[in-house]
Amino acid sequence: MHRFAKPSVFLKFTAPILPWLSVLTAILIAVGLYFSLIASPVDYQQSHTVRIMYIHVPAAWMGLFCYVGMAICGAMSLIWKHPLADICARATAPIGAMFTVVCLVTGSLWGEPMWGTWWVWDARLTSMLILLFLYLGYMALVNAFDDPERGSKAGSALALVGAVNVPIVKFSVDWWNTLHQPASIVRMDGPTVDPSMQLPLALMILGFTCYYFVVLILRVRLELNERRIRALHLSGMFDERSNPATAKEQSYDAGHNAEAKQ
Amino acid sequence: MNGFWAILQRDLRLAMRQGADSVMVVAFFIVTTTLFPFGVGPEANILARIASGVIWVSALLAAMLSLERVFQTDYEDGSLELLTLSPVSLELLILGKVLAHWLTTGLPLIIAAPLMAVMLNMNQDGFIILMVAMLLGTPALSLIGAIGAALILGARRGGVLVSLLVLPLYIPVLIFGAGAVEAALLGISATAQLQIMAAILLLTLAAAPFATAHAVRQAME
Repeated sequence: MHRFAKPSVFLKFTAPILPWLSVLTAILIAVGLYFSLIASPVDYQQSHTVRIMYIHVPAAWMGLFCYVGMAICGAMSLIWKHPLADICARATAPIGAMFTVVCLVTGSLWGEPMWGTWWVWDARLTSMLILLFLYLGYMALVNAFDDPERGSKAGSALALVGAVNVPIVKFSVDWWNTLHQPASIVRMDGPTVDPSMQLPLALMILGFTCYYFVVLILRVRLELNERRIRALHLSGMFDERSNPATAKEQSYDAGHNAEAKQ
Repeated sequence: MNGFWAILQRDLRLAMRQGADSVMVVAFFIVTTTLFPFGVGPEANILARIASGVIWVSALLAAMLSLERVFQTDYEDGSLELLTLSPVSLELLILGKVLAHWLTTGLPLIIAAPLMAVMLNMNQDGFIILMVAMLLGTPALSLIGAIGAALILGARRGGVLVSLLVLPLYIPVLIFGAGAVEAALLGISATAQLQIMAAILLLTLAAAPFATAHAVRQAME
């Protein structure tokens, strides 16, 4: 696994994967939207509002998934000091925060006609809101230092400490008897969602997960390329006075290998 | 263990010499609590109903505001660097610093809390439970807060940042702390909430010094 943690290897591996993954994401979400908005049955009680669920549940799942991914990346960056793990954790935070916002907003839109209120201080809603605050705290902390390295390390520690909230979100509906319905997909005795609704839901969850990876790869590549440009600037390659002959000899990847060796 | 007592005595002596810090925390707590009757109106029933929550939230904010001084001054004058280099384990030293922080902020808050409870017209049944809950809750607040205080060492706008980092992690203490008092006021046994608070305290006591020490070492690199 450590072999793949080098930024240059990451760039090489992800370049051919990216277009395929993007196409797969587009297909999954398009088919998923077709099934969830048109081809799936309406709920006998909720009628068409049930369709909000096909966005809401995948977004909630991604909010938690991104946080777990961020905490794992944080742990990896603290244990093995991979520069790539740092970048992945940083790149994941805004994506996860956006998914959490989508989850809260769609939940609120669904709650208005169904529960008669936009917001209740229910255990799952509140713990999801805390998850959003943890994302915001992480992003604020990571960007609060002049030295980005120090910011990433502090952020990794915070991501690990904040991970205690993830099981609280997942099990809040089982531990507290609340307004939000109990778990119906991931549970011991199998899902209780109707099979006709499982297919669009599964497609959307897969599509959202693929979307996350596409955006993650794009963001990591962007960050890596920005670092390259910064390294090249520092090495004086863009300096007009420097001799183009010596500049050409410099490895394109010099900045990264130096970082990876640390 | 000598290092632990030494740092505890040092921090307490520093707090005594500067004096104002502890008083400021209690003053902040009292002023914040006093704001609520102005905000929601002086009606005794409403105040009695929200008293436990108001006291807990004010205590949380007061404990958070004083976090900065746990590490910040030592970081600025370089003594924190000497502490990380000392042969005594950093976790133990941090535990000493956190205990000093609790003795100078948490303990005065616990003493001031019943006073504010009287002023907010809280039923007397809740007083003992309120103090027991704060006795269990405030050390956990100091321990969790130390992690945040250590993470922001050297950051820009550290004071604002620490609230964003620490307050979400304070929420469980708030929920069960206020819940225990509510239960006592309703005449139900508050043992369950107090046991959960004790569990939170034990968990933070076991884990927080390590996380804090890690964050301090990072800041020193």
